[in-house]
Amino acid sequence: MVATSVDVPAVVSQSLIGKRRDLKGAVFSWLLLFALFLSMLVLAVLLWDVITDSFPVWAQRSVGSFVTSQLSANPDVAGIWQALYGSLLLMVFVIAFAIPTGVASAIYLEEYAVDNRFSRMVNAAIRNLAGVPSIVYGILGLAIFVKLLGPVTGPAVEGRSLIAGGLTLAVLVLPIVIITTAEALRAVPNSIREGAVGVGATPFQTIRHHVLPVAAPGILTGTILSIARAFGEAAPLLLVGGITTFFQAGADSTFLDVLQGRFSAMPVLVFSWARLPQEGFRALTAALIVVMLVVLLLINFTAIYLRNRYEKTV
Amino acid sequence: MTTNTSEGIAASLSGDPRRQRREVFWRLFFLGAAATSIVITIAIVLSLVGEAWVFITSIDLSSLWDIGWFPRRGAFDIRTIVLGTLLVAAIAMLVATPLGLGAAMYLSEYARPRVRKVLKPALEILAGVPSVVLGYFALTFITPEILKALFGNAIAGFNLLAAGIGVGILTVPLVASIAEDSMRAVPVSLREASYGLGASRMVTSIRVVFPAAVSGIVAALIIGLSRAIGETMVVAIASGATGGSLFSFNVLQPGQTMTAAMASLAIGSDQVRGADFAFQSLFFVGLVLFLITLVLNVLSERFVRRVRQRY
Repeated sequence: MVATSVDVPAVVSQSLIGKRRDLKGAVFSWLLLFALFLSMLVLAVLLWDVITDSFPVWAQRSVGSFVTSQLSANPDVAGIWQALYGSLLLMVFVIAFAIPTGVASAIYLEEYAVDNRFSRMVNAAIRNLAGVPSIVYGILGLAIFVKLLGPVTGPAVEGRSLIAGGLTLAVLVLPIVIITTAEALRAVPNSIREGAVGVGATPFQTIRHHVLPVAAPGILTGTILSIARAFGEAAPLLLVGGITTFFQAGADSTFLDVLQGRFSAMPVLVFSWARLPQEGFRALTAALIVVMLVVLLLINFTAIYLRNRYEKTV
Repeated sequence: MTTNTSEGIAASLSGDPRRQRREVFWRLFFLGAAATSIVITIAIVLSLVGEAWVFITSIDLSSLWDIGWFPRRGAFDIRTIVLGTLLVAAIAMLVATPLGLGAAMYLSEYARPRVRKVLKPALEILAGVPSVVLGYFALTFITPEILKALFGNAIAGFNLLAAGIGVGILTVPLVASIAEDSMRAVPVSLREASYGLGASRMVTSIRVVFPAAVSGIVAALIIGLSRAIGETMVVAIASGATGGSLFSFNVLQPGQTMTAAMASLAIGSDQVRGADFAFQSLFFVGLVLFLITLVLNVLSERFVRRVRQRY
């Protein structure tokens, strides 16, 4: 990294400005700092607001009962179990579909592709997809995974199933996974590839045994952050039928029934609860957001931990 | 011993057929994965255009120019929600431009490395806050605690102003991070030349670094605007008007953006199916939104490419 600031020794700058204080410059630098601190202040106020709003819930009930209770219209007993479970299962879909496809796609673009029409088209498509609003992905999910593939994804619920939601989120984060993985691959020095090819490795062996291990920490961090992004996304799930009220899976349902059944997710539940008029739900919404932020924090810490760990060993 | 022909040498060098087959398999596998992005793009366009076409050809076109956006009553005044989107995006950019560019310039030109190391991740945390959380914050804090104090009873509990501010807060880290990257990409030699001529740090930042990085800064603002236009949940939570809204410039009252209109169509979609083309209007609005953000993204890329050509 190049240093971008040139530090002028204080004595020199003092004598250059004729020992006068540079008032305008000081005010300017304070304004810039103020812009940064105002952003930080918003973050602090937001956290403080959410946490204090959630106190009434923690005063009445244990974290365990809040997390494991079912959704309900009654604020005194309502919990978030289906939403938490739904969110975690949705993440499994993202991990199972978006990450392998995204990593493989980035490998093609960085390691195989030459500059031809196909690779230029793929690059343009990825850049475009990265800028598409998330709710438009919801429309894609509604048209393809709910309507077109409904008989497969959720025959009993008109396609508004967990599978449809999970696939939609997987498509949503795919461009992010590709872009971060491609960056990590680009950071691998070419000498490593040349060394592998020089001792007779095939292109695939070069990638599998030499490039990927070096790029692993970067790929891991990028993909985990994309999981965090998917975790907080609500808009596309509203369109593919994330449930916000109360529903219960049958007691004897198999795992496939769960996947093909209706689902809820934590951000969708925040949306629904935040708009309910009863006073009790305001504290519940805040408590739900606290749980969500804790999960996000855990995801982010995992990313940091894995990066530090693998960066040392490679 | 027979002498090897050149084909023989090539054959023995390329290894056994099993390995070759494996190489071809993986190459095709990676190629197929790369092609999914194109497939997804095509799928998005097709799924938008199909139903949007049904909508446009089925409704009375005069209902696109009505008193407001009430899809369940057959009033599809597209102006109402486009205006709502523009109002929210304008408020958001009024918040995000000074905060984002100020933070970017501080981090790039003023902050010492150690300070930067603390403040930059903090800004990234703000970027990681889910938009529903900002929506809750806009509804339960920005409106009652801040805007009520400023506007008194003129402001409604659900309003576009709070939604716009919430979207702006979400946009700050995005603008800041792209703008900072482009300012840091300005060669140090330009700054050194400026200091050498006796310019202060402020003059260097404003008159040298800013103009040199201006393409990237404009790109940051366009990407921020595109994000603000596409943001759904903050507006859906904080600005109300789930049933529909009248054409109005008043940001102190409930209103709808294109995205929020889509979200509210989606929640009531069980009822929507019976109503006349309300369901299809979802796809039409989606198509308009897709085209707007597409144009903005292409534009921002133009500006980014100009930066690359320069240095």
